[in-house]
Amino acid sequence: MATLTDPSQLSYEIGPATYAREESGGDVWTLNLGPQHPATHTTLRHVLELEGERVLSCTVHIGYLHSGFEKLGEKLNFNQYVVVTDRMNYISPMANNIAWHHACEKLFGIEITPRCKAIRTIIAELARIQDHLLCLGAAGLDLGAFTAFMYPFNARETIYDLFEEICGARFTTSYTRVGGLMQDITPGWTQKVRHFCTDELARAIDDFDALLTRNRIFLERTKGVGYLSHDDAISWSVTGPLARASGVRRDLRKDEPYLCYADDWDGQGGRAVTFKVPIATSGDCLARYQVRLAEMKESVKILLQMVDRVPDGPINVLPNDKATLPDKREIYFSIEGLIHHFEQVMTNRGFEPPVGESYGSNETANGELGFHLVSDGGNSAYRARCRPPSFINYQCFPHLVVGHQVSDVIAVLSSMNVIAAELDR
Amino acid sequence: MSGCSTHPIGPVIEAVAAKFADIDVAPSPLMPREDESQRQMCLRVPAERLIEVMTFLRFDPGCLFEQLVDLTCVDYLEFPRATDRYGVTYGLLSLTKEHRLWVKCFVNDPEPEVPSVTCIWKGADWQEREVWDMFGVKFAGHYDLRRILTWEGFEAHPLRKDYPLEGRGERENFVRIGIDSA
Repeated sequence: MATLTDPSQLSYEIGPATYAREESGGDVWTLNLGPQHPATHTTLRHVLELEGERVLSCTVHIGYLHSGFEKLGEKLNFNQYVVVTDRMNYISPMANNIAWHHACEKLFGIEITPRCKAIRTIIAELARIQDHLLCLGAAGLDLGAFTAFMYPFNARETIYDLFEEICGARFTTSYTRVGGLMQDITPGWTQKVRHFCTDELARAIDDFDALLTRNRIFLERTKGVGYLSHDDAISWSVTGPLARASGVRRDLRKDEPYLCYADDWDGQGGRAVTFKVPIATSGDCLARYQVRLAEMKESVKILLQMVDRVPDGPINVLPNDKATLPDKREIYFSIEGLIHHFEQVMTNRGFEPPVGESYGSNETANGELGFHLVSDGGNSAYRARCRPPSFINYQCFPHLVVGHQVSDVIAVLSSMNVIAAELDR
Repeated sequence: MSGCSTHPIGPVIEAVAAKFADIDVAPSPLMPREDESQRQMCLRVPAERLIEVMTFLRFDPGCLFEQLVDLTCVDYLEFPRATDRYGVTYGLLSLTKEHRLWVKCFVNDPEPEVPSVTCIWKGADWQEREVWDMFGVKFAGHYDLRRILTWEGFEAHPLRKDYPLEGRGERENFVRIGIDSA
């Protein structure tokens, strides 16, 4: 497999990605990869201009799954829209739920309860593991290692079961609400998470690690392929594991801490969770694989710290903030509870956010997932911009693949973990 | 490690105001908050001076906003007390200084147009195409300003406030098929 070792051969001027033709002048032909292709996972289309098997230029066509999520955000209220966020990055829907309501709470100026923070931290890390498991498995699958795909997928099943237990849905979770959660976790759930981490997940990661990380075919197909330099990663607005694989030291959990990643999260001097941020400097597909694998192991450490530290107390903020529905007992047995409930659910009432704008972002498995919310004081957002990591990471793709062989395009694509539903929204 | 939200952005704003004394950058928080450290600050820049100010923000050693995190647009058509229609919003991030800043550039009908910042940040490429597609704001100097999420030949800009939620033109044009014609 030919690899491109000298990155200066690539065209890094802004403009279409092109690769100089050989002087002998071979035949140039065009290959259409996608929209339906096993390696695109969902619907993406690339038009590759090839000389033999070498990629001279790549044009990406997206939008096949565009369904107007941002327009819907101007219609649905702050709690209803969480259902739409499930469908963005459907590999880790919980992370989207948390990111959306993190941004909403920033807009409302609500500080959530310590118990809610702890539970959200646990499910955010489970979602990260869920996402990385699929991405790493698919990285093997696309390069022909089918067995390596099945080990992480087994562990993902258990994560689905864990999510089903707390919110009733395996896939479209919609678990968070403004100022809290849909419902509390079940008794003993955290111990199930602990058991999963120490037993099944640990075994899955070890097996998977042994199968793929030192596999010669895998190494040769990923080493030096799809090189992204440190400066280009920053300039292309790349975030998340992709940027960290190129040596960018940036993780919102450390740099702009939220939830239990921040010190004093419970208001009683609680220490932030301790974890390391894996960084690689080689910037190729292998580095992205290694960063994700290391990140998953760090997530396990965070989970094991958190499962015993979930404090008692309410999961929702007080209903006086007019953001959450009161407890059912309060609704039935107190007049204030009943009024608060009606104030929330009546069609001419609802949320009363302050007028203004706010940007809130979380570190999800793919990078920075942010929501820029504009509010005119109404029940739903005036503008609900989603900053999708897949969309913004993916734009440098043509520049990563020019000069490589066709089969390397597949390797680069799976290393970027592009989720088309989030890409097109 | 200090968080971005608590980092005082004040010196950057003062530097911009001193450098571009002839334009009113009107620094204001995106959302008025009591706690100063929680405020996300925003500058207002006219379209004809945008490249100049953005270049300063990108390369001045006191600012160093290396990354364009977010580029979006808001249609203020129905917003209470709004004077301009399209607010193109740039979310900037400095990785070395660890602070964020938002820049807004307001443009109006009939020919909303701002200069492209792809010459400063490569990451503006698809984000500008998306704003063109969704809002119809042109980016002068963009090398490939095609529609990105909808198809070539689609005429509307769906995220404009005067575009209905249920779409326009698509349903009405469907051929109605009855039991006899099927």
